[in-house]
Amino acid sequence: MVSIIKSRMLEEMKLQSGQDPACCYQCAKCSAACPVTAAMDLLPHQVIRYLQLGLEVELLESRTPWICASCFTCAARCPRDLDLARMMEGVRLAILRRREGNMFGPANLSPEQLAKLPQQALVSGFRKYNK
Amino acid sequence: MPRTGVFICHCGTNIAATVDIDKVVEAARSFPGVVHAEDYRYLCSEVGQDLIKKAIKEHNLDRVVVGTCSPRMHENTFRKAAAEAGLNPFLLEVANIREQCSWVHRDIAEATPKAVALVRAATAKAAQNDPLEAPSMEVEKRALVIGGGIAGIQAALDIAEAGFTVDIVEREPSIGGRMAQLEKTFPTLDCSACILTPKMVEVAQHPNINLLTYSEVEQVNGFVGQFDVTIRKKARSVDATRCTGCGICHEKCPKKAPAEFEMGRSTRKAIYVPFPQAVPNVPVIDRQACLYFQKGRCQICAKECPAEAIDFEQQDELLERRYGAIIVSTGFDQMDPSGYGEYGYGQHPDILTGLEFERLFNASGPTGGKVVRFSDGKPPKKVVFIQCVGSRDKARGMNYCSKICCMYTAKQAILLKEKVPDARSYIFYIDVRAAGKGYEEFQRRAAEEYDVAYLRGQVGKIFPENDYLVVKGVDSLSGKTIEIKADMVVLAAASIARADAPVVGRILGINSDSYHFFNEAHPKLRPVETHTAGVFIAGACQAPKDIPDTVAQAGAAAAKTVSLLSKEVLQGEACTAVVNQAECSGCLYCEAVCPYGAVSAVEIEERSAGGTIKRTVAEVNAALCQGCGSCTAICRSGSINLKGFSNEQILAEVDAICLQC
Amino acid sequence: MSAVLNDPAVGRKPLIVAFCCNWCSYAGADLAGTSRMHYPSNVKVIRVPCSGRINPMFVLRAFQRGADGVLVAGCHPGDCHYSTGNYHSRRRLSAFKRLLEFAGFEPERFEVRWISASEGDKFAEEMEAMTAKIMALGPNRKMRDARWQSKSLSK
Repeated sequence: MVSIIKSRMLEEMKLQSGQDPACCYQCAKCSAACPVTAAMDLLPHQVIRYLQLGLEVELLESRTPWICASCFTCAARCPRDLDLARMMEGVRLAILRRREGNMFGPANLSPEQLAKLPQQALVSGFRKYNK
Repeated sequence: MPRTGVFICHCGTNIAATVDIDKVVEAARSFPGVVHAEDYRYLCSEVGQDLIKKAIKEHNLDRVVVGTCSPRMHENTFRKAAAEAGLNPFLLEVANIREQCSWVHRDIAEATPKAVALVRAATAKAAQNDPLEAPSMEVEKRALVIGGGIAGIQAALDIAEAGFTVDIVEREPSIGGRMAQLEKTFPTLDCSACILTPKMVEVAQHPNINLLTYSEVEQVNGFVGQFDVTIRKKARSVDATRCTGCGICHEKCPKKAPAEFEMGRSTRKAIYVPFPQAVPNVPVIDRQACLYFQKGRCQICAKECPAEAIDFEQQDELLERRYGAIIVSTGFDQMDPSGYGEYGYGQHPDILTGLEFERLFNASGPTGGKVVRFSDGKPPKKVVFIQCVGSRDKARGMNYCSKICCMYTAKQAILLKEKVPDARSYIFYIDVRAAGKGYEEFQRRAAEEYDVAYLRGQVGKIFPENDYLVVKGVDSLSGKTIEIKADMVVLAAASIARADAPVVGRILGINSDSYHFFNEAHPKLRPVETHTAGVFIAGACQAPKDIPDTVAQAGAAAAKTVSLLSKEVLQGEACTAVVNQAECSGCLYCEAVCPYGAVSAVEIEERSAGGTIKRTVAEVNAALCQGCGSCTAICRSGSINLKGFSNEQILAEVDAICLQC
Repeated sequence: MSAVLNDPAVGRKPLIVAFCCNWCSYAGADLAGTSRMHYPSNVKVIRVPCSGRINPMFVLRAFQRGADGVLVAGCHPGDCHYSTGNYHSRRRLSAFKRLLEFAGFEPERFEVRWISASEGDKFAEEMEAMTAKIMALGPNRKMRDARWQSKSLSK
């Protein structure tokens, strides 16, 4: 039912997250539960499908891993007990490793934003978007 | 010293081509105890067997060794021949010099000494053999069926038609089980009650069947052919011999209680029959609800009953009966999906399980057969069905597939359209499983002709808004998120084992799997037997199942039962374990490891130090023992031994086989 | 030291005793025969009803009587004809293997394998592998009771 086409990104993600997307049977409950799908181009379950099919290029260009808020609702809902939040983080890291430089730094924010944003948001934001 | 005869077979050239027969016979003559040795081309033939029989008589042999093909092939053949010559069949041993010698080695110089060693080992073992008898057990020609659903009903009818007496014990006040709760059955859309009730009546009227409803099995002792069972006939508080089934009592009863038959979605009276076609049509007083039993008031039923059948003084009755075989057909439950907070079951009256939705269609159901919402009594125009609630769920539910939900959901979508012509159904599914006869066609009909939107995906959240339910889901095939303002949501909750299945399993001594479904003896080839001889299983208590498979399995269990009950005596296993109780220390490790419950603790009296003491030791029930030897291997004091494969026999084989000459 | 030179065990072929359970591994061995699969004749099979029947004493006895290798073959866990026998043998014999090692005996001389009735090829392969391994290990000197061989040879 599930075809796993080996790709480097898949292996990296598996190593990073300890989760095996082969277990996913594409029920899409994660996507149904995700609160931020409106802003995503690929739905969470599609990200997993692309991993299964080795469609690295599309994943590199997708917005979805960055829209992910790490709210863990997907992981809580998954009937196959997959920790999707971790897998998404694995995808983000795989993407970052293929980039030149970081995605997002203090230089991308105005002084007003830097002043107003809570410290925790800044720290986790930089962590999310950078190597 | 035994008088052993050794017979080596050529098996044409199968053995003779790679094993020097003459050398083996020559060597055999020198083995301890051997007084006669010969060979023949085809020992298993009639001539060959006669040769053995003649030699037994002529040479007064008391042990026989045959060097032939595998014992799995012809051990019984040669044993029967020995028996016909007056020798106990268990005094014969087989040396496998074909499958495990001549056929697997090329070099005659290597195969021959090996054949010699194997024959020597068999001879050494045979010298330690004792004559054995397979125990004969009586068979009580009466069967017990536990559970009066369609499985139990069918099994009972088949056994009764074969001429044997059957008792059906059913916990509820009426037989019928889950099938009585259904409105229509897939794929034929037969009215469930219409096909079930004739069988229920047949059961009630059959001269060979006794119905014990509102009863439970409390204890089972004994073993195959002689199960001694204690049954509790719970007090109905109604005299069944006087009751005419007129129904006035439950019509007039003022007290209501949640109806189990309706999963609590409507009420019944304190005195009630679970459904109008109940068999027997004798009501039962729920003493927990009844005003008389709780508060000493009322008694309206007794006053109104024209047959004076109400009996408040009635007590539970304990019956002790013996049965030759037992069939377990205790059925299944539907999982309570409250654990899935995202679906909101229990938070809103219009979120139902599949079984609850089914009851809406029934004329005696909670809504009188009208498909309407519990919240406002209006018919639902948009119904969302969610498959796999609790099934195929490793994380929070059951890892297995419940098998029937894809089909009954398709059925319910069809029924909905027929009852509410402008209704639309949305079915969220992961895969559609429609493997039975006519099933795929039925499901396609639902998908194509009944305004059903099959959405491949799942639902993430359901919450009430105004007077509808917002259902947020996804269609994985198009990658689109979906939001439906539904009037009703139906959850196809998993089929699970009944909550008290472990209790039933323990009473009967049968095993269950991790989901508490009862274990069959072999998943492929023995689907209705258990590892406990004489106890069979049928229906959904073994695994989630639809009605055709349930009926087939019930027939299979009945056939096994009839075959058992038809025997005059039952032959047990001859190679059973036996305890030397004087040496037994009573640690009872053997009891713990026995898969068949064949070992039990028993108190014996012994003379000790001038007086008499009581001591607990182990005892093996030869009727139940299957001869595996687990007890023998674990015994710390070496006081339990296995006939046919005793410690002495095996050690003698080891000694002989290791000799390098 | 002279015992080594006079050791009748040196130069003879290694002996491997295989205890096979009637329902799976013995049937698998039969299937190897029916399929005419070949394996070394060093292996000699003793039939038992279940691998759970195997008392470690039988294994020790085989080594004492001069066996160079002992194999116990049973049904795959979960498939035991008697439902639980091979669970007990699995635990008992893995502890026993460790005991052999602790006692200073080569634990590789004792193996447990799960072979089903349909795995005739696996049976043949395991026998080949075991024989090769025992050949490499050499004769069982540590546990062999030389008196047994000479006693029976002189008979």
